[in-house]
Amino acid sequence: MIIIGEKISVIAKKVREAMNSRDPKPIQELAEVQWKAGAHFIDVNTGPAEEKGEELMKWMVESIQEKVHAPLCLDTTNASALEAGLKAHNNQWGRPLINSTSNDPERFIMLELAAKYNSNIIALTVGKGGLPADAEERCGLAAEIMARAAEFGVPLENIFLDPLILQVCTTQDQAMHSIKAIKMFQELNDPPMKTVVGLSNISNGVPKNMRGLIDRVYLTLLMYEGLTAAIMNPLDKELMDTMKTTDVFLGKTLYAHSYLEM
Amino acid sequence: MAYVVPKESYNGKVLSVDFGKGDKALVIGGENCLPFLSFEGELPNRPVIACEIQDMAPEDWPDTVKNEYKSVSSDPVTWAKYCQNELKAKAIALRLVSTHPDRENRSAEDAAKTIKDVLSAIDIPLIILGSNHIEKDASVLVAAAEAASGSNCVIGKAQEGNYKTIVAAALAHNHKLIAMSELDINLAKQLNILITQMGFDKEKLITDPMCSALGYGLEYTYSVMERIRLAGLFQNDATMQPPILGDVGMYVWKVKETVASESDVPEWGRLEERGIAWEAMTATAMIISGTNLLIMRHPKAIEIVEKTVAELF
Repeated sequence: MIIIGEKISVIAKKVREAMNSRDPKPIQELAEVQWKAGAHFIDVNTGPAEEKGEELMKWMVESIQEKVHAPLCLDTTNASALEAGLKAHNNQWGRPLINSTSNDPERFIMLELAAKYNSNIIALTVGKGGLPADAEERCGLAAEIMARAAEFGVPLENIFLDPLILQVCTTQDQAMHSIKAIKMFQELNDPPMKTVVGLSNISNGVPKNMRGLIDRVYLTLLMYEGLTAAIMNPLDKELMDTMKTTDVFLGKTLYAHSYLEM
Repeated sequence: MAYVVPKESYNGKVLSVDFGKGDKALVIGGENCLPFLSFEGELPNRPVIACEIQDMAPEDWPDTVKNEYKSVSSDPVTWAKYCQNELKAKAIALRLVSTHPDRENRSAEDAAKTIKDVLSAIDIPLIILGSNHIEKDASVLVAAAEAASGSNCVIGKAQEGNYKTIVAAALAHNHKLIAMSELDINLAKQLNILITQMGFDKEKLITDPMCSALGYGLEYTYSVMERIRLAGLFQNDATMQPPILGDVGMYVWKVKETVASESDVPEWGRLEERGIAWEAMTATAMIISGTNLLIMRHPKAIEIVEKTVAELF
């Protein structure tokens, strides 16, 4: 499974401070530990970044890739900042991933950028209106986004469909709708569509000591339905061990007594 | 619409391992597709056949193969030179059987001397094999690795019970290493993990998942080898990407089809022909399952398999 390391986010105080003072060290360190722990992409969440967004994203991309030889997941709602990130991105280790587009016309600009820079892109199956009610509605939105992507010239294999994970503590029934959507998304195309989730959304609002457990069990269920990628914390060893063990059961990893160490 | 040949795409690649020195050095592995499927990927190196010799006269070999080496087999140096100069062998596998406690129980120092003598007499790559006695091999192969220091040999076999000392010796003297497990793909993977966790480079490893002769479990060997390849190529499992060894001769030249006399089983045909065919067939199955390095005994069987490889390549 593709792991997108989530730790570099404007929401984290340490990261925000480093961003504001343009101190690369804490950001580089956080990127490196995630990469070494097994992250395939490093998420770079600069938030809305309205002021000096372009310069910030460019600086983030260059600082991180100076130390980490992996592609990045560029996570901002500011399209011109995102484009600056795509321009700065070194594709030597893989193409970047845009986080994200959706069926909201305001987010179509991201598809345009994905086409222009031949980038991968996450497509959240939400529209302008409210949240999707069930898996079927998510599939309808996915189909619309796929049609839109074709118009912009984004190949379907560059798209990661995201069912939008909602918190179990307030919208319990949505947990199963999203799992079902992962299964149904794949059937929208042959070869199957790729899928992604923001895993920790599931445990938002849950008492802190239970979040890990909830994330782990939910990841297993998603993987069973064929999840391609997850935005998650690769530094959470129990979560990583759960993922590796699930891969053993799914026959994606050959068992050996030391499989957790690999 | 024109017919398009369906092609598999692979995610991984078999590691390349070189051994020997100078212009006679060999490279095995390096392919990024299943054996001989050159229309799906690259196969930069052919399987290599090493000619097996021993450090004592092979009294236990059946006549068909023993007679081939009758005039040279009393001395490993003469035997090695014969394989290199007369048989044009590409590599030699020297099995130190005399060190086995149930045979002559010769010392590690004796083995080291034999290695030095053989190495100074040949310029083709040497594979150094213990007597397959867990405890004794640990000391014999350490001495052998030291004696062969700088010759970039393949040494083995490191097994679950003795790998630590043998790995350390291969590491210290810069040799390639055979990791052997007993017909169990999960244990093969585990042993490779344990060896690399000692700091031994996976690019210096050769996996021996244990061979067997046609009619005596060959299908198990074949299946394990094939699954190792599939894990390495499709799952990109780095622990399953070392080249594979098929130690064919020792399993073939003891089964009744290679031993039973023509008077006992006249319906089986000529004994000599039968034995050669048995070794060649077993080895051919191995290379089709993905084996990169074979150890064989009969010159004619080697010739047949080399011809098959040349035709398939």
